[in-house]
Amino acid sequence: MASIKQAFNEAVERVSTVRMPAPTRLRDLIRQIRAARTAAEERTVVNKECAYIRSTFREEDSVWRCRNIAKLLYIHMLGYPAHFGQLECLKLIASPRFTDKRIGYLGAMLLLDERQDVHLLITNCLKNDLNSSTQFVIGLALCTLGAIASPEMARDLASEVERLMKSANAYIRKKAALCAFRIIRRVPELMEMFLPATRSLITEKNHGVLITGVTLITEMCENSVDTLNHFKKECGHREIVPNLVRILKNLILAGYSPEHDVSGVSDPFLQVKILRLLRILGRNDIDASEAMNDILAQVATNTETSKNVGNTILYETVLSIMDIKSESGLRVLAVNILGRFLLNNDKNIRYVALNTLLKTVYVDTSAVQRHRSTILECLKDPDVSIRRRAMELSFALVNSNNIRNMMKELLLFLERADPEFKAQCSSNIVMSAERFAPNKRWHLETLFKVLVAAGNYVRDDVVACTIQLISETQSQQSYAVSALWRALEKDTSDKQPLAQVATWLLWNPQNTVVTKQYTLLSLTKLSTRFQKGNEKIRQIIDTFGSNLHIELQQRGIEFSQLFRKYDHLRPALLERMPPMETARPQANGIIGMVNGEPESEEDKSSVLEASTPPSDSSALLDLLGTTDLGITPSASNKNSSANSTTVVNNNDLLDLLGSLDLNAPTSTSTLPQAQTPSQIFSPTNATNFLVDGLLNSSSVQNDTLSMIVLDKAGLKITFRLERPPDIADLLIINMSAQNSGNAILTDFLFQAAVPKVTFQLQMLSPSSTVIPPSGQVSQVLKVTNINKVPLRMRLRISYTGPTGPVLEQTEVNNFPPLTLQ
Amino acid sequence: MQFMLLFSRQGKLRLQKWYVAHPDKLKKKITRELITTILARKPKMSSFLEWKDVKVVYKRYASLYFCCAIEQNDNELLTLEIIHRYVELLDKYFGSSIRLLAQKHCILVCELDIIFNFEKAYFILDELLVGGEIQETSKKNVLKAIAAQDLLQEVSYGDVPIEL
Repeated sequence: MASIKQAFNEAVERVSTVRMPAPTRLRDLIRQIRAARTAAEERTVVNKECAYIRSTFREEDSVWRCRNIAKLLYIHMLGYPAHFGQLECLKLIASPRFTDKRIGYLGAMLLLDERQDVHLLITNCLKNDLNSSTQFVIGLALCTLGAIASPEMARDLASEVERLMKSANAYIRKKAALCAFRIIRRVPELMEMFLPATRSLITEKNHGVLITGVTLITEMCENSVDTLNHFKKECGHREIVPNLVRILKNLILAGYSPEHDVSGVSDPFLQVKILRLLRILGRNDIDASEAMNDILAQVATNTETSKNVGNTILYETVLSIMDIKSESGLRVLAVNILGRFLLNNDKNIRYVALNTLLKTVYVDTSAVQRHRSTILECLKDPDVSIRRRAMELSFALVNSNNIRNMMKELLLFLERADPEFKAQCSSNIVMSAERFAPNKRWHLETLFKVLVAAGNYVRDDVVACTIQLISETQSQQSYAVSALWRALEKDTSDKQPLAQVATWLLWNPQNTVVTKQYTLLSLTKLSTRFQKGNEKIRQIIDTFGSNLHIELQQRGIEFSQLFRKYDHLRPALLERMPPMETARPQANGIIGMVNGEPESEEDKSSVLEASTPPSDSSALLDLLGTTDLGITPSASNKNSSANSTTVVNNNDLLDLLGSLDLNAPTSTSTLPQAQTPSQIFSPTNATNFLVDGLLNSSSVQNDTLSMIVLDKAGLKITFRLERPPDIADLLIINMSAQNSGNAILTDFLFQAAVPKVTFQLQMLSPSSTVIPPSGQVSQVLKVTNINKVPLRMRLRISYTGPTGPVLEQTEVNNFPPLTLQ
Repeated sequence: MQFMLLFSRQGKLRLQKWYVAHPDKLKKKITRELITTILARKPKMSSFLEWKDVKVVYKRYASLYFCCAIEQNDNELLTLEIIHRYVELLDKYFGSSIRLLAQKHCILVCELDIIFNFEKAYFILDELLVGGEIQETSKKNVLKAIAAQDLLQEVSYGDVPIEL
C-alpha cells in the first residue's frame, strides 16, 4: 500500500513538473533547515524558501498551496515572520479539498490574531463550513472557532453553534458545546441563547458530550448567579444535582471499561469536571450540599490512590468538600486526605496539599493543626516552592500553645533557608513572637537567634523591635548584654543588624557607616557613665571630625562641641533614656519617647527653659540613634554649631533634629529655647509624615476611610481603608469597582503593585471578573508597611467594555497619613 | 487552559497552541521566557510553577517538555493527566513501537516524528482539546477521528493523494 502511494506521489510530482516545477516537499525543507550549521545558514535557507512561497501566492488555483502553507507554518514555528500567509490560509479553507481545509484551518489558528481584518473573511468561511454536510469539515470549523473566536465572531456565529449543539451527531455536539463555552467566555451576554440546548447535554451517555456539557454549565454558573439558580431550579428527573450525583456514582461503581479507564480509575477527566460543578452548585446552598455529601464521601473513600490519577480526583473532592456546606465529619476527612498527601512521595501531590491547606487553614485551623508536624517536615523539602508554602502555612499555625516548638523548627529553617526566604521568615518570626511569646526572656532569646540566623538579611523592623524590647525590659538587660557580647565575639561582618543592636548597648567598632553611627553615639553616651577614660573617648570622637563621610563628620563635630563649649550640658543631654513603653510593631518607638512622658507641656517648657532638659533631649538623641541614622542631613544643617558663635544653648539639639528632615523648624534655629519638642513636632507640619502621623496616632487608629482612585468611562474604583487594631503594619484595602455605565464589563482584572522593598502586598481573589451594569466587584488587598514610609501604589485595570478591551493605569500616592503608622 | 507549548531540551519550540488572543509579539515573549524558566528548573522540583499571574504545569517526556498554562481554578494534577493522555495519543499514532514513553535510547525517534509531522501533532491535539478544554476522554475515539480524516485527505484529491 505504501509503495503504491509513493508511486502516486512521484507521478504527481512528475506530471506537474511539466507545467511548473513542484515545490520542495515539507520534509525536504525541514531536512534542509535542520542541516544548517549556523543561525545565518538557517536564515538563508528560510529566506530563500519564503521568497519562493511568496512568489507562488500569485497563482490562482494551485494544488501546491497546502504544501507551501505547511512549510510556512514550520518556518513560523521557528520564529520567522509568516503573516503574509494569512490570506492564503483563507483560500485553502475555501477549497473543496479536505487536505486544503485541514492545513488552511491549522494556518488560521496559528497565524491569525484578533486584530486582523481577515477576521471578517474567516467568519464567512466558518459560516459556510458550519453548514457543511461532512462532519469533519464542521469539526474543523468548530475547532477553529473554539480556538480563535473574537467577540465579533462569537456574535456572528453563536446561532450556528447553538444549532450544532442540537445535532444528532455526538462528534459535532461535543465540539459545538465547547465552542459555546468559548463564545460565552468572550461575550457573556450570549449565554441565554445556549441554555435550552445545554440542558439536554448532561442527560447523555456519550462521555465526550457529557464532559463538554459539564464544562459549559460550569462556565455559565460561574459567570452568572441567575444561571446558577436557573440550573438549580430545574425540577423532576432532570434536577441537576441528583443527575450529576448519579453520573458520578455510575462512574465509580461501574465495572472496568477499557475505553475510559486510566490506571484503574474510570474516566478521571469527567469525574473531576463533575466534582467541580458540584462544588459550584453546593456553595452556600445547604440543600444542594446535603444532596452531594454522600457521593463526596464515597469518592473520598473509594478512590484508588497509588497513582497520580486517583490523587487528582481526591484533590478535586477535597476542594469541593471545603467549599460547600459539608458535614463536619466530611471536612475532617478532607483535611486528613491532605495530611496523607503531605506524606506522599510525589512532590506534585505534596505541593497541592500545602496549597490547599493554606486556603483552608483560616477556616479549619484545628483540623489543620493536627498535621503540624508533617507540615514542619515539608520545611526541609528539596523543592523550593514546597518549602515556601510550608513556611507560609507554618506561620499560619503558630499560636500560644505551640509557639516554643514551632519557633524552634522555624529558626532551624531560617538558619538554612535560601537568602530569598530570610527577610520574610525573620520578620514573620518576630511578629509571631510578638503575639505569642510566653515570657520576655524567651522573646529576647528568640529575637537574638533571628539576628544571628538571618544575619544581614533581616529587615530594619527586627532591629527596631529588639532594641525596644531590650530597653523596656529592665530586668533582662544584663542577660541581653551578655548574650550580645557573646554573639559579637564571633565574626559579625555578615550580621550587621546584630552588631547594630549590640552597639546600642555596648561599645564595639564596626565597619559600616550605620554601625559606626550607632557606635559613635553609644561612645558619646558612655562618656558620662565612666569616671576615667573620657579623654580617650574625646580623642576618638575628635578624629571623626575629619571623617570622609559627611554624616559621621557632622556627628563628630557636634559631639566634640559637647566636650568643649557645652560640656556643662553633656551629662544632662546624654542621660540614660527612659524605657520605651509602647509595644513594638503596633507603634513606633518614637511615640513612646515623645508621648512617653505625659506631663503637661508647661512643665516641659519650664524644664527646657532651665536649659537642662532631662529626659526629652536624651530621648531625642536616642531617637536619632535608633531610628533615623540613615536619613541624610537636610540643607538646613548649614549653621552647624562648629562655626556659629552666637548659638543658643540648645542649638546642638536642633541640629541633631536637622537630620530628621524637619525643614521648617530647623531653619529657625535661633528660636527661643522655650520651644518644646512637641511644638517642633507640630501635627500641623504636614510635610513631616513620620512624626505627624505618630502624634495623631491615638485618635486615628482603627478608623475607616475611603478614597476614589479612578473614575473614568463609567468605571469607578473606590478604596475603603481599614486598619485592624490587632495586627500592626497591616492596612486592609477594600477595593470596589462600580460600573455606572449601562453595558456589561467583562474580563475585569484589577492589578496593583507596591515598592517591593518596603511593602508586602497580598491580594485576595476578586468577587467576580464580570461587572454588570450598576453592579460592582470587590477585592481585598492587604498591605504590610514594614518601614512605615508613605504608601505608593500603581494600579493597572483592564476589562472588556462595549467598545472593546480597555486598559487603565494610574498611581495612587495620596493615601491619608493613618496608613503610615 | 490558556496555551500549550512543546519544546525540546535545547529550548527549540516544537508546537504551540494558544487558546487566548495575544499579539504575536507577546506570544513570542511569553514562550521565550517560559522556556528559559522551565529549563532552568531542577528535576527535584515540582511540575508546577506560579509564573507571573498564570499557573504553569509542565512535564518532561524524553527530550520534550510539555507545558500548559492553566486557569486559576483548574486542577493541576488533572493537567498532568491531560498531558499524559496527549503523549499516549502521539505515541499510538506515530507507531506502536515504544517511543516517548520508553527508554532513553529511542527518544530521538519521537521528537523527530513530531518535527517532521508537526501538522499531525496539531490535528491530534485538536481532537483532544477544543478551546483549551477536554472534548474527548476516549483514546479510541480520538484516534478513530484522526484516522478517518487522514483517509478523507487521501480521497479528496481523487486518485492522486497529495503529499505535503
